[in-house]
Amino acid sequence: MIYPYIPHTDEDRKIMLEAIGLSSMEELFSGLSEDILLSDSVPISQGRTEDEVQRMIDSIAQRNVRGIPFLGCGCYDHIVPSTVEALSSLPSFVTAYTPYQAEMSQGLLQAIYEFQSMVCEITSMDVANASLYDGANAATEAASLMVSAKRHASVVLVSSTIHPFTLQVLQTWAKGTGRTLRLVAEKDGVVDLSLLPSLLDVDCAGLIVQSPNRYGLLESYEGVAEILHEQKALLAISNDPLSLAMQKSPGEWGADVAIGDTQSLGLPLAYGGPSCGYMAVKEALLRKLPGRLVGMSEDAKGRKGFTLTFQAREQHIKRERATSNICSNHALAALMTTIHLSSLGWDGMVEAANQSYAKAHYLAYHLAQLPGMTLVWDKPFWCEFPLVFSDPKRLRKFMQELRNEGIFAGVRLSTLTRQVKDELVLLVAVTEKRSREELELYLAAARRVMK
Amino acid sequence: MREPLLIDQSKQGRKAYCYPPLDLPKGFSQALPPLPKSIQREQLARLPEVSELDVVRHFTRLSTMAHGVDNGMYPLGSCTMKYNPKLSEHIAKMDAFTKIHPLQDVSTTQGSLSIMFNLLEDLSSITGMKWGTLQPLAGAHGEYTGLKMVKAYFEKRGETGRTKILIPSSAHGTNPASAMVNGFEVLSIEANEKGQVDLDDLEAKLDDSVAAVMMTNPNTLGIFEQDILIISKMVHAHGAMMYYDGANMNAILGMATPGEMGFDVVHLNLHKTFATPHGGGGPGSGPVMVNDALRPFLPKPDIQLTDSGYVLDWESEDSIGKVSMFWGNFLVLLRAYVYILRMGSEGLRSASAHAVLNANYVAKRLADVCEIPYGTQCMHEFVISLEEYRQKYGIRAQDVAKALIDKGYHPPTMYFPSLVSEALMIEPTESESLETLEAFILVFRSILAQAKEDPEYVKGAPYSTPVGRLDEVKAIKEPNLRY
Repeated sequence: MIYPYIPHTDEDRKIMLEAIGLSSMEELFSGLSEDILLSDSVPISQGRTEDEVQRMIDSIAQRNVRGIPFLGCGCYDHIVPSTVEALSSLPSFVTAYTPYQAEMSQGLLQAIYEFQSMVCEITSMDVANASLYDGANAATEAASLMVSAKRHASVVLVSSTIHPFTLQVLQTWAKGTGRTLRLVAEKDGVVDLSLLPSLLDVDCAGLIVQSPNRYGLLESYEGVAEILHEQKALLAISNDPLSLAMQKSPGEWGADVAIGDTQSLGLPLAYGGPSCGYMAVKEALLRKLPGRLVGMSEDAKGRKGFTLTFQAREQHIKRERATSNICSNHALAALMTTIHLSSLGWDGMVEAANQSYAKAHYLAYHLAQLPGMTLVWDKPFWCEFPLVFSDPKRLRKFMQELRNEGIFAGVRLSTLTRQVKDELVLLVAVTEKRSREELELYLAAARRVMK
Repeated sequence: MREPLLIDQSKQGRKAYCYPPLDLPKGFSQALPPLPKSIQREQLARLPEVSELDVVRHFTRLSTMAHGVDNGMYPLGSCTMKYNPKLSEHIAKMDAFTKIHPLQDVSTTQGSLSIMFNLLEDLSSITGMKWGTLQPLAGAHGEYTGLKMVKAYFEKRGETGRTKILIPSSAHGTNPASAMVNGFEVLSIEANEKGQVDLDDLEAKLDDSVAAVMMTNPNTLGIFEQDILIISKMVHAHGAMMYYDGANMNAILGMATPGEMGFDVVHLNLHKTFATPHGGGGPGSGPVMVNDALRPFLPKPDIQLTDSGYVLDWESEDSIGKVSMFWGNFLVLLRAYVYILRMGSEGLRSASAHAVLNANYVAKRLADVCEIPYGTQCMHEFVISLEEYRQKYGIRAQDVAKALIDKGYHPPTMYFPSLVSEALMIEPTESESLETLEAFILVFRSILAQAKEDPEYVKGAPYSTPVGRLDEVKAIKEPNLRY
């Protein structure tokens, strides 16, 4: 019997078994006792040919329905240049592992070095790592970094306006470890930092905030870093990195840690994964940084090259004393972001951010004219905004009517928080990719429902 | 540096991509106020300004300075660098999967949900467990998730004194690190002369302060832990749990299951065992499978099949909560599902059998030129020691590794596990043919022969690469981590 992807012929097996002094394939497992060896094959289906699998997947794929997405909440439908898929599919990028052997991996290492550089440039920070899993896990890594950077501190202050899923992932992180999250309440749709002095004490390792926040609103962090630093606490700012083409960067706010997810920079929606977490820090925190780090050095002949460096922070060296347990990261997704940014340049990034801003405001402005829905808070936003409906039935009808037009109208905040109070809030995301026709289609349908 | 940084190829005003012009009414665009000055960015970011062809050539050239499974044999022990089917890559690029938003109504994502649901069923069968989660995004993330559940389980039972995790000294570094991240204390278990868990040492360290024992089976020496049923019994008798690190699952597919061995919680590495590409360091995927006792603690949401189709269920009260932003690395899960569909139960079993055959064959053919401290009979990988070469010729494992690079092979894992000095850990995988293995063996033997005759030459390797061995001390003393 021939199985896929196994090249051995009967003759090969015979030669090889003979060489190792065995007479059957079964004997290879003689180290496993009878009580452990399975008597039957595992109950999954028999193998299929390529064509059979493709047909089966084609049929399953039909049960996914696409629409014009005005959906965001951490995952956005931006334009991606065709260079990204083409170049990130090159087999020696795709089928390599972590570049442990620098001499044979200069291409991979250089691409990571360029990624680190771009993250630093965009966030205005000093050092960035080679990537983390996703934005939510970048937040847990930031929390871990803070706790380890300040002796005897076990409390992390967290803005209650961060993405609800990020908050949930942080809550999981704190569970059972003696670390606590202390929430900073919101006011008028943004974090209320006037509460900071009363919440901040010696136990606090730092503060995590997010802008655009869970409502899509932009926040100001004027003077926050100074207040925290007085208590030897750190400031971590999470962003949609594309928004940093317009709004102040973490470095400009004086943050110590910049985190987020590069999904908006060249990655597909992909049902939410893989995306790509990032973290950049001030130089003083270099040795606290989790994950892989690529640096430039030179060989004995003075030739410059790249290598994994500062590995003494990592689990394969330090084991239980490492800065994090991360091993695999999201390198290929980071490569996609690197190719994306290389194609766009800063001007392209600014253009994408500006157009998203303009189109989101166009839609928001016209929706706000309709009865039964309001843009509650008079706060600046970028490409996503919260619409508050006056009654849940209208909201459901609104979503259904737009769905009939092939439009996914937005995300109900309650889908993320599972809270009744959020049931009337619809988050609408508009990127540069949405055409004028799509915006008008949305508005026409909205006017029909909300008249 | 053979290829300049792209930023150094920049020329102001050059563009690789142009956006369509903004097509809103002029009046609106002009009246639209900018962001308030107080939150506006001031600094420019330095990104490349190059043409599309510049981008294409840059990354194409970089890709020629990388080595993947598609380029040649990659016997990197404990990483299972098997062939990544092109069919999986093709399917993972289908619009029907890449253009689906994670927060679409579930009625519009039944295809993706059915793939996740069925993958979970298959992984349950393969591991002999009953329930699971696909949310963890890598192997170490799976460890984090599994141990978090163990912790929640004992807290729920009021057994808060269980603060320790026992881990064999040969375990992957992620094991102790994941235990640490969850606030556990780590105790190391010693290996006996057969390279397996020392039962006396285990017994001495087991008490009611132990939450779990983390094991890889076969272990990192490529040896099957033959006392595994006794170990499970001992651990359970002390009320602790058995954690299975699935890094070496490629040795036992269809032959044995962690469930039958007595494990309570298992993580898998889809990017190892289930042939999804490693991507130069990720993304991977680390599903966690559990038994009944741990089920209530699985991350939320859970995918369930109801009369109205697949749903995301958030009701679980004892759940540890979410561990990633959305539902998992879907495109990785999809690739693994395609691989399982192609292989079927017999194909998976055959994959493991041939992975073990290949490892034993290479071990046998190298045994007369280097020491294999725990014997040549192995599972899917084996560890050699070059200690003798170090003592006699000053040749270290690293030197042999670098010499292999000149011959077009990715080196084996070096200096791991630490109980073998000058270790090289070799995992050929089932993907390699007899001819490829023979060629590798001949090259390996010729390098060892050269190490005796001309050690200085081997110490100077590699010679064929864009750079030689880089100064690692300089990389730390004069950090250059960005342009």
